[in-house]
Amino acid sequence: MSKSVKVYSTSTCPWCIRVKQFLRDNNIEFQNLDVSGDQMAAEEMMAKSGQMGVPVIDIDGEIIVGFDQARIKTALGLA
Amino acid sequence: MKIYDLIIIGAGPAGITASVYAARKQLDFLVISLDVGGQAAWSGEVENYTGYQFISGPELARKFEEHLRRYGTLLKENEEVRLLEKTGSRILVRTNQADYQARSVIIASGKKSRELGVAGEKEFKNRGLTYCATCDGPLFAGKVVAVVGGGNSALDAAWQLVRIAKHVYLLNNTAALGGDPVVRAKVEQSKNVTILNNVQMTAVLGERFVNRIRFSSPGQENELEVAGVFVEIGLVPNSDFAKGVDRNSQNEIIVDCHNRTNLEGVFAAGDVTNVPEKQIIIAAGEGSKALLSAFHYLAVNNFND
Repeated sequence: MSKSVKVYSTSTCPWCIRVKQFLRDNNIEFQNLDVSGDQMAAEEMMAKSGQMGVPVIDIDGEIIVGFDQARIKTALGLA
Repeated sequence: MKIYDLIIIGAGPAGITASVYAARKQLDFLVISLDVGGQAAWSGEVENYTGYQFISGPELARKFEEHLRRYGTLLKENEEVRLLEKTGSRILVRTNQADYQARSVIIASGKKSRELGVAGEKEFKNRGLTYCATCDGPLFAGKVVAVVGGGNSALDAAWQLVRIAKHVYLLNNTAALGGDPVVRAKVEQSKNVTILNNVQMTAVLGERFVNRIRFSSPGQENELEVAGVFVEIGLVPNSDFAKGVDRNSQNEIIVDCHNRTNLEGVFAAGDVTNVPEKQIIIAAGEGSKALLSAFHYLAVNNFND
């Protein structure tokens, strides 16, 4: 069963690029939400993570702030 | 424990260039870094890297990374070096995850943002306070924000934000703004900018997120309502871990023109050093020089302990 993965990001942030690259390299499908153009997504991200820094990754409800490779791997069951 | 020929600390322009040269010299080496691309990845626009008339920072960083990965180089990403210590001819590198040993090391750990050191800074980090306008700027569309600083990075942040935010306050602690005159003029001429000179930030306030700042100007204490605070007051070198390595008054590692430090076998390159200018292309060039010096050091020494 594949997990539902959402990435809240801006197009300019280097860590967002790294997260998306990491997911692609591991063949993980994800939904990318650009919070700079989408106020709803920005508010959803702030509500979920309680902060405004990008990227935020939502893996089946587990919220990870930043490109924390170890936590992302564990949440995806890759570790 | 295995002894590598070389450990490169950092994967910005200097570290990555050193790694490309190291791979081509077929050294047995390792790269340890918190991130890939370093400060280059955080730059908005790069127009002075030879061969690219225009490239964005993240794109250039990606090209650097592709070059690094091409050789199958061993990269320990997301690891932070806590200690470097030389004993005999062995150099220990301790990270937040493991210990490593090598005969030579290139320190290319760069610089990081300087903190304000005021009340509320830590609590509101990523809750309205940020050190990266390029990353987080778009989240402040239509909002009132403050940029703290008066040099090039502050002007660069302000220039990105005038096009996104409702209003930008630029808080500078000297009598006049510094930085590049071209960008300065663009910021000064923007309609939604207020420049406040001779002011000192004293606190960042809010509830869940930032909602105001406090600062002093000669003879008075002021408050402003802002949703975002962009701290752009310069950089400090990531050099604290390097035990026994000489540094200057700004904590930059002192190197000679061969990128040697005072410790034999320990080299340094790029923004973490006292090299006169901090530029992507200079850091890259310094990285290649440091590797060639390290290669020479490995070649002339016969290690058998």
